[in-house]
Amino acid sequence: MSYVNSRVRKKDAMSLVTGKPVYTGDQIPKNALVVKLLRSPHANAMIQDIQTAAARKIPGVAAIFTWQDVPQSRFTTAGQTYPEPSPYDRLILDRHLRCAGDPVAIIAAESEAAAEKAARLVTVRYQVLEPLLDFTKAKDNPILVHPEKNFRSLVPVGADSARNLCSTDHFEVGDVEEVLSRCPVVLERTYNTTANNQAMMETFRTFSYLDEYGRLNVVSSTQIPFHVRRILSNALEIPRSRIRVVKPRIGGGFGAKQSAVSEVFPAFVTLKTGRPAYIIFSRQESMTNGSPRHQMRLQVRIGADRQGFIQAIDLYALSNAGAYGDHGPTTIGLVAHKSLSLYGSLKAARFNCDVVYTNTMGGGAYRGYGATQGIFAVESAVNEVAAVLGMDPCRIREQNMVAQGQIMATYYNEPCSSCALDRCMAKAKEMMGWEEKYPARTLENGHIRSVGVAMAMQGSGISGVDIGSVEIRLEDGGFYTLLLGCTDMGTGCDTILSQMAADCLDCSMDAIAVRGVDTDQSPYDTGSYASSTTYVTGMAVVKTCQSLRQKILEAGAEMLGVPAQATEFDGRRVFCPSSGQEVTLSAIANASVEGGRSCISASESHSSPTSPPPFMVGMAEIDLDPETGKVDVVDYVAAVDCGTVINRNLATVQTEGGIAQGIGMTLHEDISYSPSGRMQNNSFLQYKIPTRLDIGKIRVAFESSYEPTGPFGAKSIGELVINTPAPAIANAIANATGIFFRDLPIRPEDVALGLGKK
Amino acid sequence: MKITVTINGQAYTEEVSPDLLLLDFLRAHGCYSVKRGCDTSNCGLCTVHLEGKPVLSCSVLAVRADKKHVITLEGLQTEAAEFGAFLADEGGEQCGFCSPGFIMNVLAMVRELEHPTEAEIQAYLAGNLCRCTGYQSQLRAVRKYLAWKQEGTP
Repeated sequence: MSYVNSRVRKKDAMSLVTGKPVYTGDQIPKNALVVKLLRSPHANAMIQDIQTAAARKIPGVAAIFTWQDVPQSRFTTAGQTYPEPSPYDRLILDRHLRCAGDPVAIIAAESEAAAEKAARLVTVRYQVLEPLLDFTKAKDNPILVHPEKNFRSLVPVGADSARNLCSTDHFEVGDVEEVLSRCPVVLERTYNTTANNQAMMETFRTFSYLDEYGRLNVVSSTQIPFHVRRILSNALEIPRSRIRVVKPRIGGGFGAKQSAVSEVFPAFVTLKTGRPAYIIFSRQESMTNGSPRHQMRLQVRIGADRQGFIQAIDLYALSNAGAYGDHGPTTIGLVAHKSLSLYGSLKAARFNCDVVYTNTMGGGAYRGYGATQGIFAVESAVNEVAAVLGMDPCRIREQNMVAQGQIMATYYNEPCSSCALDRCMAKAKEMMGWEEKYPARTLENGHIRSVGVAMAMQGSGISGVDIGSVEIRLEDGGFYTLLLGCTDMGTGCDTILSQMAADCLDCSMDAIAVRGVDTDQSPYDTGSYASSTTYVTGMAVVKTCQSLRQKILEAGAEMLGVPAQATEFDGRRVFCPSSGQEVTLSAIANASVEGGRSCISASESHSSPTSPPPFMVGMAEIDLDPETGKVDVVDYVAAVDCGTVINRNLATVQTEGGIAQGIGMTLHEDISYSPSGRMQNNSFLQYKIPTRLDIGKIRVAFESSYEPTGPFGAKSIGELVINTPAPAIANAIANATGIFFRDLPIRPEDVALGLGKK
Repeated sequence: MKITVTINGQAYTEEVSPDLLLLDFLRAHGCYSVKRGCDTSNCGLCTVHLEGKPVLSCSVLAVRADKKHVITLEGLQTEAAEFGAFLADEGGEQCGFCSPGFIMNVLAMVRELEHPTEAEIQAYLAGNLCRCTGYQSQLRAVRKYLAWKQEGTP
């Protein structure tokens, strides 16, 4: 092996750093119509009347569409395998507006100025209704977010639109009440997390056109090209065979683009007008009508014995789906599965949840996907138990953490097939100098330096659901094309899958031309989400290479006139060790495209019955100013077990980036609404993602286990790494102040006021 | 209004609307490296050099660039590739969407500050947001690039 576990430069890196026009917005046809959305100023309203005649007279306006013009089939924009657990609760344009910013009209014009002018001239009479904004009061509230008759849930997730329920769920392992009744230490705590915006640098954007066959071509910044094809088919009521989806380079996704947020609008315009069309969401639109993390309230009852052995956890989660149920029923499951399963010592565990509709922005997928919220609650609760018992928070974890070989009862009874969490803890303690720094010390300037810890896990793909397929062709001259259906969104999967292929085929990475994604040409892949790409599609690469090697061997043996069993392939040639005969790969490749022979290619798909968790330990060292309450994370240490590291650079940067996002959600990032339901954090002025001055040192180490079901022993990394900052920083703040902050974000004023009350 | 703007060495004389942003003027002239990331002058993605100084092209009217020289990353391909190689070797470009604006500011910093300290580097580049990387790899790349430049120039 030469490429796997090395620091390979991304194959597309140099085009990105020299500013080449490789993104959706750089490739829009010159004559495309600009698409703008007139958006609702109200959080809950019915359109009583809408007049577009005056707006249509603006020179350059090509078309204006309202709710009367669109298909009436409800659909979901959630990018999930069919049948989607997310309810079919949307229309392209709906008479009932369910959150501020919901689209009221689609305007297509020759120029942005014309579109904007037209938007101002559309007159709408709204019947303004009282909005339901407080998600803790949504269940069985008389205000119904989805009163419509054609609301549809394809999967029995417990959706009940008459009760504002997007989904409900319940499971119990062991007898929680019985075990808790015998615990000398039982804590009951409530934690609150807000919605968070992914804030990828490239906002949502799509362009579309009809090609020479009359088919709808959609070029979009998406993580889910194949799901987009189906979603558009549902929304536009046209067959999937008429749709082609192409993904260029993507300027970040983090889950936001696991929903088809922008695609339907230009696609609808192109279908109606026959013209190319594009939409580019402004930052404000991305903020107010994107697909953010679900806001949650988490109630934890946790029981332990006096020695700090954790016996039982009872968890209730209430999740705010917002106006639309994208990813609502699925994010909630991870809250429990990926937090409780960190503790192998549990004798019993229970999880109950409700996902409720409100008149706030619909939620979506954001890195961590519910695990982030669940881990914040459970890891914080464990830290509180440690504090009550006077235990070091590392020590309580060392004696309770899940270990390799255990059956994870709260994780679909999957075996823990690879786990180096113990080594991660030891490594993180060493890197942080935990023994010297725990819990806190006061500096000469009065600031407090303290440390905090948390563990995390995630999955590697959705077991039994995600599928990745790959095609590799041997081309004339002897190079390979690697066709992928998974989407590189900056994460570098085009590169790491090429690394795997190069090692499997014993060739140089330069001999592999990689291409993704074009639904007409790429093999099917569910898409890049759920931490699936390395693990699921990676295994498809390994399997495809195995098939391809066999075919190369057979073709070479035939040319040599010997049986295939007598030959070997070393990447450059097929040879017969006993006779010394050989034929080069390029000769085999050239022969394969001559008449009388067959072209050589292989395609395999992979789906995994399990979703092996990657694990990590995160530790924060903070500097807290007791006068202002300001918290700076001066050092963050991460020890990560993602199995075999495929690309050390990209895995390191994934970790650093995930931690930075986690620091943002812990200390700065907030989504809040005005009393009438308008979002107040709709730009980077109000929604504070960390700048480089807000992030101290982040140090990353890998403590790899070997995952037997993964490619080269690999598991996932992308989502895992956002999960530790919130509980670790909250723990550090508690170690500095004695106060456990249970609501995110933890702002300076919260800390200062908390200290004032003490 | 009629303006003449020199973009990457080539002069363009055109009639433009007085409210046209330099950002949109540049993209209309094929400078696709210039990206829009926000509506509020917060992100740094649209950084270009106006008369040699880094500016946010979203906050400069095209008419302000009349009779002036604008350089975008398209006009600094050699320097972009030089520094970009260090960034790429750290994996610090990730999605790459913020890279052009960031690199324009790094190149401006290198011209302006002779031996910047870490604090000076972080302060100079503070206006360039990145959501992917957590900034660590970018700092490593800048340091290695500065060291390489110092070795290269006696």
